[in-house]
Amino acid sequence: MKNIWILARMTFREAARRRIVLTGLVLGLVFLTVFNIGFRLVFVNAYTRGAGADEAFTNIITSEGLNVLALAGLYAVTFLSAAMGALLGADTLSGEIVSGTIQTLVSKPVRRSDVVLGKWLGFAILLGCYSLLMSGGTVLSVRLQSGYALRNVGLGLALIYLESLLIMTISLACSSFLSGLATGGVVFGLYGLSFIGGWVEQIGAVLQNKTAIQVGIVTSLIIPSESLWRRAAFEMQSPISAALGMSPFGTTSVPSPLMIGYAVIYLALTLMAAVSIFQHRDL
Amino acid sequence: MSIPAIRTEALRKEFGTYAAVKSLTLQVEQGEVFGFLGPNGAGKTTSIKMLLGLVSPTSGAGALLGKPLGNRATLARIGFLPEHFRFQEWLTADEFLELHGELLGMSRPDLNLRRAELLERVGLSGFRHKQLRTFSKGMLQRIGLAQALMNRPALVFLDEPTSGLDPVGRRLVRDVIHELRAQGTSVFLNSHLLSEIEVTCNRVAFIRHGEVVRVMEMSALDRNISLLTIRADGLTAEVIAGLEQWGADIRLDDGHLTMTIRSEADLPEINRYLVERQAQVFALIPNRVPLEEIFIETLGKDSGL
Repeated sequence: MKNIWILARMTFREAARRRIVLTGLVLGLVFLTVFNIGFRLVFVNAYTRGAGADEAFTNIITSEGLNVLALAGLYAVTFLSAAMGALLGADTLSGEIVSGTIQTLVSKPVRRSDVVLGKWLGFAILLGCYSLLMSGGTVLSVRLQSGYALRNVGLGLALIYLESLLIMTISLACSSFLSGLATGGVVFGLYGLSFIGGWVEQIGAVLQNKTAIQVGIVTSLIIPSESLWRRAAFEMQSPISAALGMSPFGTTSVPSPLMIGYAVIYLALTLMAAVSIFQHRDL
Repeated sequence: MSIPAIRTEALRKEFGTYAAVKSLTLQVEQGEVFGFLGPNGAGKTTSIKMLLGLVSPTSGAGALLGKPLGNRATLARIGFLPEHFRFQEWLTADEFLELHGELLGMSRPDLNLRRAELLERVGLSGFRHKQLRTFSKGMLQRIGLAQALMNRPALVFLDEPTSGLDPVGRRLVRDVIHELRAQGTSVFLNSHLLSEIEVTCNRVAFIRHGEVVRVMEMSALDRNISLLTIRADGLTAEVIAGLEQWGADIRLDDGHLTMTIRSEADLPEINRYLVERQAQVFALIPNRVPLEEIFIETLGKDSGL
């Protein structure tokens, strides 16, 4: 356990020293600034246009608009966090194996599993900070400017974080036997699959086409990342927009809690696979 | 009899259909400085990696300090400087040694003490707060050596420790090896610099295709086979032919005759033989056969792959 912590700290320090933290922070702040400005413009515009109309009606329309805007922001954050997860994991084991830095670590009285778990923990903390900055910043921006609060925001943000963790774990596992570049290819390929599968399922739900829904569910079983976002969106979207049907940032076909459980088990098994592959390979 | 530092029996490693190490059988005693010689591609680095558990053997067995290969606790008593070392270059020298000390399970006070001691020893005290990315190749090799010695190991593996070092750096490595030897630490030294091996090792093994071809005591270099240079006038063909009873490889160029002799103990008799046959002897100069000669004699002139 002590070794896992030592290696997690090393991983975190590496990210800090190699300016991964700095670039993430700077670009994150740029993202939040743009979101903030955009949100302000749209919100003020909608509010002044609505003046004079029936107040109750205006309130409903405004709150629906705010919900869509907030979810649009979080959708972008989800994508960025997943990409961050993919990039962090991609080169970590493969890079150290190629460069040989792994040799002095593994020839110490350290379990190989400690190396994998330590790196995972370091990245998980890093992604947690990133997620908190980005999702938290987006939610706060909406709240402070408009006073609008998303429903179930804690659960929603946790699911977004879980998605980035899942992608990072897959990336780490691939990195234990593939090159950094190949890992990137595989992970983004899977992410794309999950994305398109999610849309097929949503459109299938609107058209009530069972086959399309099943295609979506099967891709979610292959890689459940997009279903985590769709569950997060379901938790946070307003009841009215849920009733109205499909929107780009809401969801119609809702992944069940079972799918969330599946994603958690999927993550744990992927991490175990990473450990096992790394334990048995020559370095 | 004490437990050997290293013992292997028919250790073999195949990569696909290619056997990088065919069958490595050797024994290194505790306190020995053991040289591991062979051409490129002879399987030296793969052998070291098998001993350290980085690569798993296809077959065969081995033990370090009496414990079977792959025993994790043993690794706390072992130091390793890899070939083509690359370290966590974003760490400072201080942090780098701290990381490795922590992974070795050293206590905090001991770690601090040992770190300061080693930074001083390898001449990097003034650079302890500098990141390794700013280090020259020689400085990296020095910090790598310090890393390998953090835990006061009982057995140290040095894979090409002097490659890329300037003469001062090489001298430092040589001195450190002498100190380790004086302290009774076993050293397993893989090096292409035969002159280094000559001055530091007790014994050497010559390996080819991952098999030990020959093991030799370095003291044998002094005692037995020598190279003799004779400076003399009046060496007739007949006299020269007569010298063959003490040795071989007789060559005459420019008034200098060189030959290999079996024993330096024969020198007075060779002198008497020459004088009795009216040769004007100016000098009989015995030389050790350089390790390089033995290397080529043992492993052939085929360069490695």
